[in-house]
Amino acid sequence: MIKIAQLSCGNDYSGIQNEIEKAAETVGAKIVFPDVDIDFDEAVEEFGFNPVSPGLKLMIARAKALADKSFEADAVLIATCFRCAEGALIRNELRRYLQRHTRLPVVMYSFTENTKASVLLTRMEALVTIVKRKDLLGRERQVGITMGLDSGSATTKAVIMQDNKIVGKYWSPTTTVLESAEKVVAEALKEAKMDLKDIESVGTTGYGRYILGQHYKAKLVQEELTVNSKGAVFLADKQKGEATILDIGGMDNKAITVMDGIPDSFTMGGICAGASGRFLETTAKRLGVEIFELGEMAARGDLHKVPMNSYCTVFGIQGLVSALAEGYTKDDVAAAACRSVAEQIYQQQLQEIDVRFPVIQVGGTSLLKGLVKAVGDILKTEPLVPQNSQFIGAVGGALLCSGFI
Amino acid sequence: MKVFIYPPNSMILQDLVERFGHKPLALAKEIERRVNDPELDSPPMNITEIDVKVGLKYAAIEVPSGVRGRLAMFGPLIDEAEAAIIVNNFPSTFGCMACARTNEITIYLIKQKKVPTLELEYPTNDEEVEDFIARIKNFLEGLK
Repeated sequence: MIKIAQLSCGNDYSGIQNEIEKAAETVGAKIVFPDVDIDFDEAVEEFGFNPVSPGLKLMIARAKALADKSFEADAVLIATCFRCAEGALIRNELRRYLQRHTRLPVVMYSFTENTKASVLLTRMEALVTIVKRKDLLGRERQVGITMGLDSGSATTKAVIMQDNKIVGKYWSPTTTVLESAEKVVAEALKEAKMDLKDIESVGTTGYGRYILGQHYKAKLVQEELTVNSKGAVFLADKQKGEATILDIGGMDNKAITVMDGIPDSFTMGGICAGASGRFLETTAKRLGVEIFELGEMAARGDLHKVPMNSYCTVFGIQGLVSALAEGYTKDDVAAAACRSVAEQIYQQQLQEIDVRFPVIQVGGTSLLKGLVKAVGDILKTEPLVPQNSQFIGAVGGALLCSGFI
Repeated sequence: MKVFIYPPNSMILQDLVERFGHKPLALAKEIERRVNDPELDSPPMNITEIDVKVGLKYAAIEVPSGVRGRLAMFGPLIDEAEAAIIVNNFPSTFGCMACARTNEITIYLIKQKKVPTLELEYPTNDEEVEDFIARIKNFLEGLK
């Protein structure tokens, strides 16, 4: 059984420990707490950051036990209370410390009393996948005829691959999981000039992965963090070395750092729609344009011209509408919307990982030129957008499931 | 009298308060009650989502959930307190609240009660230990 070492403060008094353990158990893992000496001042002193809260000192001592290998674990969950400044500082420094001193995959989370197992499930599953399926994740070539299905919150995608090449693909907005999938599968098969019986292996990912996995008898049903990163490095032809994959989704965002195509750290947002593709969708509707047109407009506009007072999907967009009334052009307003999303991702999520270059921007939103420009402006780099970047999940699924043929 | 002790999980303070004929308002009893309650299922402390909201009586929503969860346990004990003993600068083996922010608000809430309070520094040598015990004894004997 995979052992996930929990380094946390405030979890028991927030009443969420049960949820953490439930999530781990669901994915076949076990939460463990590294044993440490009761007098952990020495460990804290050695670490060099002396927080006032003893709970945080204990976290440091536990991290040190992992780094010293006096306690064995397969992965690490670092969690502290949402809104605790001292906790946030320690959380981040411990993540860096562990990444410097161990090869353990790490995920961080800041919780509230409302945190439920379902929220933690994808993160736990990804930790387990990284540990358990390292060999599968190391797969660099697709073989045979396989199909990848990505059932996302906003869109459903299907990709058919044959001998390491995409031969059929289709995407459609998600309405109901199964209906949307049947539609994209039929279209992708049509393009590939194949029947469903020709497919040797199916891989599913995304929110609807379990339903689709059952329906299509998938050999691989896997969370989107590891599948997407695999698809991204494959499409960007960056299977060796370091990279950061940024996937701004319709409902949540993923930022994943990889080494040789295998994720070693990731962060997954999902608290605020203002930091997701939804914000841009709503802005496009308010401007009376299609979402892709918004991307083109934003690329033409000035990212810094329109001042924004809020990142909120309601108040931020109200601000953009006011800007139009003040005489700013639609292009500049569209650019401000893209900057708003990029800034929030930078402030909320990219702080939780060490951004490594190149940055590979993927997912449907990577087709919005203005958003890619805004991300590049903030990170001072030119994000790499591979061809078919909106299909990374499906490509990752098709690539990985070929390991089961 | 009901005496709130700080740190609230100090077995030494709890024992001293009981020895001198008072009722300690301590965490151990509160945890025992929760752990034995068959209706609650949120180990290890059996703090529930509703408890953490109870903590809003003592701290605002912006305050981290771990602080509010602790206050949901300590707050009602402070409300009941007729006297208090506060020990400062103690090592974690003497008692541990784990969270510095909870420490600050707990001590503040006790002081706001304006009940007879004894505030002491944690002893570091034999002489200080004797003085520490003697002062607690005198304080508890003086409570009516």
